[in-house]
Amino acid sequence: MESTGLILFVFVLAIFLGLELISKVPSQLHTPLMSGSNAISGITIVGALIAAGHGNETMTVVLGTIAVIFATINVVGGYLVTDRMLGMFKRKGGGEK
Amino acid sequence: MIPVQVIDFAYVIAAVLFIIGLKMLSSAQTARRGNLLSAIGMLIAIIATLLLADMDYRWILVGLIIGGIIGGLIARLVKMTQMPEMVGLFNGCGGLASLVVGWAEYHTRFSDVLSNGSAETFSAFTSIAIILAVIIGGVTFTGSLIAWGKLAEKLPGKPILFAGQQIVNILILVAILAFAITFVIMPGSTYWALILVVVLSMILGVMSVIPIGGADMPVVISLLNSYSGLAASAAGFAIDNILLIVAGALVGASGIILTNIMCRSMNRSLANVLFSGFGAAQASGGGSYSGEARTVSPDDTYLMLEAANSVIFVPGYGMAVAQAQHAVRELGDLLEENGTEVKYVVHPVAGRMPGHMNVLLAEANVPYEQLVEPQDVNPVMETVDVALVIGANDVVNPAARSDESSPIYGMPIIDVDRARTVIILKRSMRPGFAGIDNPLFFMQNTRMLLGDAKDSVGNIVGEFKS
Repeated sequence: MESTGLILFVFVLAIFLGLELISKVPSQLHTPLMSGSNAISGITIVGALIAAGHGNETMTVVLGTIAVIFATINVVGGYLVTDRMLGMFKRKGGGEK
Repeated sequence: MIPVQVIDFAYVIAAVLFIIGLKMLSSAQTARRGNLLSAIGMLIAIIATLLLADMDYRWILVGLIIGGIIGGLIARLVKMTQMPEMVGLFNGCGGLASLVVGWAEYHTRFSDVLSNGSAETFSAFTSIAIILAVIIGGVTFTGSLIAWGKLAEKLPGKPILFAGQQIVNILILVAILAFAITFVIMPGSTYWALILVVVLSMILGVMSVIPIGGADMPVVISLLNSYSGLAASAAGFAIDNILLIVAGALVGASGIILTNIMCRSMNRSLANVLFSGFGAAQASGGGSYSGEARTVSPDDTYLMLEAANSVIFVPGYGMAVAQAQHAVRELGDLLEENGTEVKYVVHPVAGRMPGHMNVLLAEANVPYEQLVEPQDVNPVMETVDVALVIGANDVVNPAARSDESSPIYGMPIIDVDRARTVIILKRSMRPGFAGIDNPLFFMQNTRMLLGDAKDSVGNIVGEFKS
């Protein structure tokens, strides 16, 4: 196991990085930013895959599979819907951005 | 076999792609590529995980296929007006997944305890992480479901309040804390406490979102988005996976920022949004206004618009309900052909989620150069000939500037009352969502165009074409 202090350190740095990254967002991008970042929160799929694929207990595999289903909905749905939305944001003259 | 270092390296790449992707999402030119990069990051993370040693793929495949089909179908079929509730629903799925990941990790370790007879497998740190993943994930899950219900109008949008609500909530919170502490102290023998925390967290999620009104949903959705990230982080601590921790923290932070922006746009604190049951009753104060509201016909509206040099549209939730965005864009185009300067002024909290109006107008092909924010237009409002308010109410309520007793006093608004003429498209003379009277309706320069927004705009468009 990694040292507890080290991973807490990484966590705090990542929070600050997140705050810095998107401190200024034009309001027209609020929805895509939200649904796009929401898709990233589906990263929990990694934990779900490990539970579903590594479990030596039936219960762990059942829980893992449930988690895989919901995390996949979050990931696939989140990215596709964000892409669809951003595809509609067009400049004048039809050029896509 | 793939060495662990390779998988770790892939996780680092994934994290970097998430970071770059998020950065690009905050600028209009790069947003779509940013989303794509972040999706590639996710794909890399998934593939790397699948390459871990001794993986059994059978159930993984089942889960991936079911989840992929459901998510793909929803994403493809959802209408743009339903976007707020979809984001809520996806968010809830993420929260539930994190909860279950925490639970599965516990179950694995618990079985170890049973077979080895020692509780050594649990560090306090791991137990805390597991219980946090369960609590935050549970609240995110049911909270998002309630938000979804409210946004999809399957539940009443008004705040649901009852006597002693705060006390009940506090009791639930105390119970969660008590069971959580019990769990952390002796994780090897308290499976029951974990289950109780699962149930109670889900109840807490329901209880904390039902007292919040529909108009405050942009804040709630942003906050739940933040929670879903934090739940993933907690799950990451539980299973000792840095990628989950980092990605979850990024999402948690971005959700906090959006929540903050939304609160600032309403000049209210987060606590006020969450606990005040805003708009539940008329008792919320604020002067009552009366007077003669002057109505106007679509024909006369046409004449005013036709003669105008500068027109702004102020869309609100009512435009989404009436599905009027396409008609509005058509009217905007006709006005432009007529030589009128057209802008769409979008208040940050107009609608039911952050940026809701922008999505709808983009769907109707309004070029984003025409979308402006209140602070861009307010200084030159006197030069606007006609301000057309379509289904917006509180965000144009001048009581926010002048009436200290009004519940929305201090909220930054779009100062349409200073435009030469204001035309308000409204279904009826009822006050807006927050139940607050609007003195704008009775001003000298205001005209009310009553009726369904889509029909009204359609009629004006008809006049232009004839």
